[in-house]
Amino acid sequence: MFDFVSFIPRAVMQGMPLLYGSTGETLTEKSGNLNLGIPGTMYVGAISGVIGAFFYENAVPADVALNPAIAIAVTLLSSLLGSLLMGLIYSFLTVSLRANQNVTGLALTTFGVGLGDFFGGSLIKLTGSDMAYMSLNRTSNIFRTTLPFASSTGWFGKIFLSYGFLAYLGVVVALVAAYVLRHTRVGLHLRAVGENPNTADAAGINVNRYKYVATCVGSMIAGLGGLYYVMDYANGIWSNGAFGDRGWLSIALVIFTIWRPNIGVFASILFGGLYILHMYIPTGMNLAIKEIYKMAPYVVTIIVLVVTSMRSKRENQPPAHLGLSYFREER
Amino acid sequence: MSKAKGEPFIRISSRSALPWYMAWLIRGLSVLAALIVGSVVTVLVTGENPLSLYVTMFEGSFSTARRTWLLVQNIAILLGVSLAVTPAFKMRFWNVGGEGQMLAGCLASAACMICLAGRLPNWLIIALMFLTSMLAGGIWGFVPAYFKAKWGTNETLFTLMMNYIATQLVAFFIIIWEVPKGAGQIGIINAQTEIGWLPVVGPSKYFLNILIVAVICVFMYFYLNYTKHGYEISVVGESERTARYVGIKVDRIVMRTMLLSGALCGLTGMLLVGGTDHTLTTSITASRGFTAVMVSWLAKFNPVWMILTSFLIVFLQRGANEVATTFGLNQSFSDILTGIILFFIIGSEFFIRYTVNVHIGRSRKEAAGRV
Amino acid sequence: MEANVTRNLVPAVEMRNITKRFGSVLANNRVNLTIYRGEILALLGENGSGKTTLMNMLSGIYYPDEGEILINGKPAVISAAKDAFDLGIGMIHQHFKLVDVLTAAENIVLGMPGKLDMKASISRIEKICKDYGFEVNPIQKIYDMSVSQKQTVEIIKVLYRGADILILDEPTAVLTPQETDKLFAVLRNMRDDGKAIVIITHKMNEVEALSDRVAVLRQGQYAGDMPTSSTNAQEMTNMMVGHKVSLNIVRPDPINPKPRIEVNNLTVRSEDGILKLDHVTFTARSGEILGIAGISGSGQKELLESIAGLQKTEGGAIDYIENDGRHVSLIGQDPVKIADMGVTLSFVPEDRLGMGLVGNMDLTDNMMLRSFRRGAGVFTDRKTPRKVAQNVVAELDVKTPSLATPVRRLSGGNVQKVLVGREITSAPTVLLTAYAVRGLDINSSYTIYDLINHQKEHGVAVIYVGEDLDVLIELCDRILVLCGGQVSGLVDARHTDKREIGMMMTRIGGTDHE
Repeated sequence: MFDFVSFIPRAVMQGMPLLYGSTGETLTEKSGNLNLGIPGTMYVGAISGVIGAFFYENAVPADVALNPAIAIAVTLLSSLLGSLLMGLIYSFLTVSLRANQNVTGLALTTFGVGLGDFFGGSLIKLTGSDMAYMSLNRTSNIFRTTLPFASSTGWFGKIFLSYGFLAYLGVVVALVAAYVLRHTRVGLHLRAVGENPNTADAAGINVNRYKYVATCVGSMIAGLGGLYYVMDYANGIWSNGAFGDRGWLSIALVIFTIWRPNIGVFASILFGGLYILHMYIPTGMNLAIKEIYKMAPYVVTIIVLVVTSMRSKRENQPPAHLGLSYFREER
Repeated sequence: MSKAKGEPFIRISSRSALPWYMAWLIRGLSVLAALIVGSVVTVLVTGENPLSLYVTMFEGSFSTARRTWLLVQNIAILLGVSLAVTPAFKMRFWNVGGEGQMLAGCLASAACMICLAGRLPNWLIIALMFLTSMLAGGIWGFVPAYFKAKWGTNETLFTLMMNYIATQLVAFFIIIWEVPKGAGQIGIINAQTEIGWLPVVGPSKYFLNILIVAVICVFMYFYLNYTKHGYEISVVGESERTARYVGIKVDRIVMRTMLLSGALCGLTGMLLVGGTDHTLTTSITASRGFTAVMVSWLAKFNPVWMILTSFLIVFLQRGANEVATTFGLNQSFSDILTGIILFFIIGSEFFIRYTVNVHIGRSRKEAAGRV
Repeated sequence: MEANVTRNLVPAVEMRNITKRFGSVLANNRVNLTIYRGEILALLGENGSGKTTLMNMLSGIYYPDEGEILINGKPAVISAAKDAFDLGIGMIHQHFKLVDVLTAAENIVLGMPGKLDMKASISRIEKICKDYGFEVNPIQKIYDMSVSQKQTVEIIKVLYRGADILILDEPTAVLTPQETDKLFAVLRNMRDDGKAIVIITHKMNEVEALSDRVAVLRQGQYAGDMPTSSTNAQEMTNMMVGHKVSLNIVRPDPINPKPRIEVNNLTVRSEDGILKLDHVTFTARSGEILGIAGISGSGQKELLESIAGLQKTEGGAIDYIENDGRHVSLIGQDPVKIADMGVTLSFVPEDRLGMGLVGNMDLTDNMMLRSFRRGAGVFTDRKTPRKVAQNVVAELDVKTPSLATPVRRLSGGNVQKVLVGREITSAPTVLLTAYAVRGLDINSSYTIYDLINHQKEHGVAVIYVGEDLDVLIELCDRILVLCGGQVSGLVDARHTDKREIGMMMTRIGGTDHE
């Protein structure tokens, strides 16, 4: 019998980094910026949070309890600051300097992963540990504090209440992003900028400002995905490279959700489930087949991409100006 | 006359033309600026003298013959992938799937080495490795191109996803072929018999790879600049309307070019498996498929300049590695330096393409336009 | 003098001594124009007479070099679209500025400040529709709409922002007669509501049907205005085209003209379903220049591209007639197949750098566009194109630093010489040209006329699409006039004048008197 009660919480926890990443990337793409630097940005979001938490933990003696409010504030703020910086680099190069978005994004990912591994490695060294990882379990425990009754309400508690606050925040951020995009003036203007910057410009919308803000806010949201991964999912344990390809998977998720963060809430859990499905499908001795199951999220994404382009329903297409820089040519 | 409000003080306009040496001067200056910023960062982090830092970088690449060979080998592989993705980029087809196309080639050649060892003569196995790796890479490139040509499916996202499918496929076969069972890795293939290993030619085991990439480089230079195919690619990349006007079938060119692009990526993957590494891992390509995008783009899709840009990137990575070990930093420092330098070069393109006029008051020259 | 001083109207806009230059081109030269409330003003003029430029200075797209603008009697500075909105000026451009995936209502409120309340906005939009008689569904997506619906959205967008000065740039160019009638009814409603309305046009019948007053621009200058009721099409045409200028273009007599291209009932529909050519029938003869006249967008582009094998056709036939009288059908072919059939057909398209040439390539590579397939091997032959380039540069006196210069860096005249030079190198039997002298100075224009005449003397069948009627009349042998995709007349260029052609251009049913 398939064990849903243990599967669903794991799928949710696996999905949360993807949800943050895809919500951030969706906002960015809606402004017409295809930010392939998101994997690097999420990585930086994680390491910045780790750095903040590290210094706070070291400042508080081991036998004194951390102040939860300060621990959360320090970690969150340093994480947001780190990913904001990444967003600014991307925006400056692609919006102000009109650089090629693909090249900039890839360079940003190289840079971000390098930054993460460098500081990660340095911190591990600072702890004097022989291991290839470091543990921030005091901060992580705060991040992983679940809702009350999580353990006393049986399967209900397990499936709905057993997560740290960042998981709930991720859902809220996605729903808010969906609402903003659909029902507010800012969202309307943002969509116009990504679809047709010329028209938006003619209507008096500041195209560059929208691109900057959307990209930076998007980067910060994506960075939180990295933070969730290390502080909650990985129990505060940082080791270089453990974050894996979740950044790219987030970009895939954007396509899968056809640029709708509210769909992302379910899709990310589905992706998370697909990601760990191989652990739940009995394969006996055949370990290799598990690797084929891991393909599922990517194959499904391609199918969605192809089907949407074939059906050519206009709402489901990527923003028309995605990947192109905007320049109001002077006459 | 009234002063207009809302007139911009900074006015950006397209440059009509910049002589090539000025363009490269700007690029050179940006690398210089990046090195300065890079050394400032390094000094801040390490407190070392930046000059000794760059000396160390240089030593990392050139201090011994072995290191130099290794440097050239790495340049060769990166150059190979960069050359491979170039025709697609020249056509304005954003192929970020070099990684997957390369892996497909790696997989095909490893399959030949493992499954055919002892059943066929060695020369035939090597010949089949060439063939199947190109075929596998070609298929990996062709699929996204087909959907792009038929339905306009976004190629950047499609090729990106193809990378991960290739990775998982490789992971699958690694477990099938793992030695010993349960090890989760293949190890050196045919370590005893050396079946399927490319023969050692010339002064180094890397020499044949370098030679083959040099041939690809010459081939690509002529293909892009002197053949009918290359000409069609340029026209499609510059203007699809012009291409249709002279009767070029754009869809066909897109598919044909991506087939070639993928095949060459696959071939480079084969060089990695058959020529140097003699093993198969999911990370064997070391993100070269992505780095190649930058190498190709920085060289303005010119195969000759690409030798220089791939040298630059590999030199930086190896140099920064050396810096890391010498000064007790970790290896990833090289990625940070590479990132900084890339940002500067990417940003410098702006100053090649546009002029920035800062001015006060209204300008009269509103419509000078192109002469 | 202004014709309206006697009527009791309030000026909404006064433009005084407006001058606007683009480089060396004087687009508007000391133009004075007053626009009144409660009046529909038709701004009339030929292509390139500066109508749109003048109005763009009211909508904030251009800023005048000299002169002053008064809105409601007060001097105004309009340096951005927003300034124009704030002053109550709204312009509906020929190319709509709409976001396809958004609904009509979303497009209408785009860029406005405040909280987004679609319900309130939609009811306001519905009220505007009711007031003026628009028919539009506010929640329909733009990509689902016909051109006329999109135009309606543009007009509502402007009204929604409270504009009471409306400028419409050739609004009927894309509409069917029924849609045009509907639009006019709406515009009359708005006029009666006290709004000031300007409609840019060069269609005389529309001026007569709609406007209260007509102002005419000619070559960037103000040619005068008058109440529509006291003028007629003849007088307006005279004002628009001015006095006859003799250009002294040589016109050799055709030698032994024979039918070369036969077009029969050709019908073409654009991708969005608009009828672009409607049963067009004519014959082009060898050794003769057939001029095509018509307001821009009357089907000229589609006609040439159909013959060149670049346009999907809906019905009809295009036959090429060989010297021996054999007919070869060109319908459904592409340029390569046409060449393979042995038909040497050359085409100088309107969009020189976007279609005819590749701007970033040098002269040699651009010459190669036509010839790169020649030869058996895989390699391209650059020697022949280089020689061609050298010849073209020498014979047509192309000013270029070298053969390796990207053509986009050449001046307009030189770009055109390169393009025409390449197209006539292949010794064509048919030469199609679209606006071959647009944007060229006098000398370059005469070089092009000479080249075309030279081709004619060599027995080439030339089809010359032009906009300058003086040139058409002096250069061509016969002139076919298109209006709304239909043939509205075919005249002998030696026995016609601008007025006759001008009338045909704006009215279906001109006479055929060869």
